[in-house]
Amino acid sequence: MTLINRIHPRLLPLLSPLIAIVSALIVGAILMLMAGANPITAYSILFQESLSTYFGFGNTLTKMTPLLFASLGVLVALRAGQFNIGGEGQIYLGALGSTLIGLYVQGLPAVIHIPLALLAGFFFGAVWGWIPGYLKAMRGVNEVITTLLLNYIAVNLVSYLVQNPLMATDAPSPYSPLIAKTARLPIILPQSLAHAGILFGLITAGILWVLLVRSPLGYQITAVGFNPIAARYAHISVERTIMLVMACSGGLAGLAGSCEVMGLKYRLFEQVSPGYGFDAIAIAFLSRGSVIGVVLTSLFFAALRSGANVMQRSAGVPITVVYAIQGFMVLFIAISLAVEREIRVKTQRNAKV
Amino acid sequence: MNHLNFFSDYLIATLRLAVPLTFAALGGLYSERSGVLNIALEGMLLTGTFTSAVATFYTNNPWLGILASLIAGGLVGLLHAFLCVTLRVDQLVSGLAINLVAAGLTSFLARLVFSGSSTQQLPGIGTIIIPGLANIPLIGPLIFQKDFLVYLLFILVILTTYILFKTSFGLTLRAVGESPQAADTAGISVLFVRYIAVIISGTLASLGGAYLALVQVRFFAEGMSAGKGFIAIAALIFGRWHPIGSALACLLFGATEALQLRIQALGANVPYQFLVMLPYAIALLALAGFMGKSTPPNALGTPYFGQNRHSD
Repeated sequence: MTLINRIHPRLLPLLSPLIAIVSALIVGAILMLMAGANPITAYSILFQESLSTYFGFGNTLTKMTPLLFASLGVLVALRAGQFNIGGEGQIYLGALGSTLIGLYVQGLPAVIHIPLALLAGFFFGAVWGWIPGYLKAMRGVNEVITTLLLNYIAVNLVSYLVQNPLMATDAPSPYSPLIAKTARLPIILPQSLAHAGILFGLITAGILWVLLVRSPLGYQITAVGFNPIAARYAHISVERTIMLVMACSGGLAGLAGSCEVMGLKYRLFEQVSPGYGFDAIAIAFLSRGSVIGVVLTSLFFAALRSGANVMQRSAGVPITVVYAIQGFMVLFIAISLAVEREIRVKTQRNAKV
Repeated sequence: MNHLNFFSDYLIATLRLAVPLTFAALGGLYSERSGVLNIALEGMLLTGTFTSAVATFYTNNPWLGILASLIAGGLVGLLHAFLCVTLRVDQLVSGLAINLVAAGLTSFLARLVFSGSSTQQLPGIGTIIIPGLANIPLIGPLIFQKDFLVYLLFILVILTTYILFKTSFGLTLRAVGESPQAADTAGISVLFVRYIAVIISGTLASLGGAYLALVQVRFFAEGMSAGKGFIAIAALIFGRWHPIGSALACLLFGATEALQLRIQALGANVPYQFLVMLPYAIALLALAGFMGKSTPPNALGTPYFGQNRHSD
């Protein structure tokens, strides 16, 4: 107890994620030992590759882009006490929206075409987020289940589209034709895969921080998340806030899909997201509602992903160890948050006595 | 005759595909009726698949595989209960964490154990033919020429209905899920009941996983549960948290999956994706109240803090 009391209260929220990350890395090390590899070598290869080499870092930024957008989406919802686990589906819809603009609107200059395609991605994702928001606000249906169900509908919808009406002629596997050059995001690190999506993501994070932390709307959202009954007394429309927040949340996840299409693949395909929507939940949760936390954690997750291939080749550790580590991180943060809450309750009680 | 065979084959496939879903949905039922949200069904199913495959791979005895999956599933249930009931972690987060860990860990361990990402063919459990009844046309092959796990499932669906609505344990379980406060006042240990319910949940879901590995496909591949745990949750909702309703919903989902597989196998130019979507769309409509109200247990998802801690 005394140790906890000595820690500055502003540092306390940082402590749990750090403990969780370190513990998960230790479990990862044990798994690496089981695979007959040296964890120190494996980790140093992983992080050196992903953070300190030019191409590796470019790769990390590429992987970070969808993670950042999707987890900002989860975060916005979380602020209002809503669990959006439909990021996956919203990513697919966003990718679809941008693809449609990229394919069927031609002859625009890039300065108009790119924002328009991004907007379409946001809008499509927002619709997919609004549906569960509406069902929650108006019919009291748990958003966790509905967002989950909508994931499958979205994935299959895109699968149908790229196998049928949107499929490129003579494509060996189902994917759409390439989108117009004017709808593609420029590369920011020459010769690498890193595209402007990451800059756009960081700007979005900045705007979101101002909006959530410094604006009346942010206050309103947080109020709904903190105590909806009290918010209602303060004349905040809880229903409208929930719908707004879920739509924004879906829109942000949609932008993750937009960036995958517009910055990386330039076409729509079946596996737009290999689970970014689920990683995003882990990231937002690890960040404990902080925008800056989301930026750092998505960088960390992206680094894990981008270094994993090289680690597998040079240290002989299966890539899947990374997925296990991510899972343990969520598990440990959940535990450490619960323990932290218990400590808070106890110290408060002791203070009262 | 040919049409009859096709129909009979189709029904058999439907049942086969519905079995793992129904195990998982029944598992979910116990947990959710006690008020503990169980998104972890997916991870529990996968755990059951993996452990039964590993144990069978090493011992060459599928019965030990089933036993291993029961133990592993029970342990995962225990973990979920510990997180949700004792630590009062957000139940959704706990479920997601378990799913992520199960997916990562089983994929990783599969590469170590099977020195590849999947096994070769595993020995399965045999079919038990019920004399006499098995010869009834259509119904015989469908219901009376099955393996141990399917018979067990038939019994479990009926037994669960009985337990839930006719025994004091069932009453207790429902009370804890509807109004933990009142149950506590009546002297029921909310904690204990929820622990038991979630552990049962884990064992049942992982039996579904064992069926997947030892009967349905007879090998293990990474991520083999492929969202079946989530379909089971949809079936649970669609079946209105009732054992028979949920089992019927699982059959419906099995039927659409079987149809989709047939359409794909025939190479017909029909968009099978809409069939795949169907169960999810139905569950969504059911939830939204377009097919009559599907009301979850009142205390679902809320941790119980006990009598003297309202202020938390």
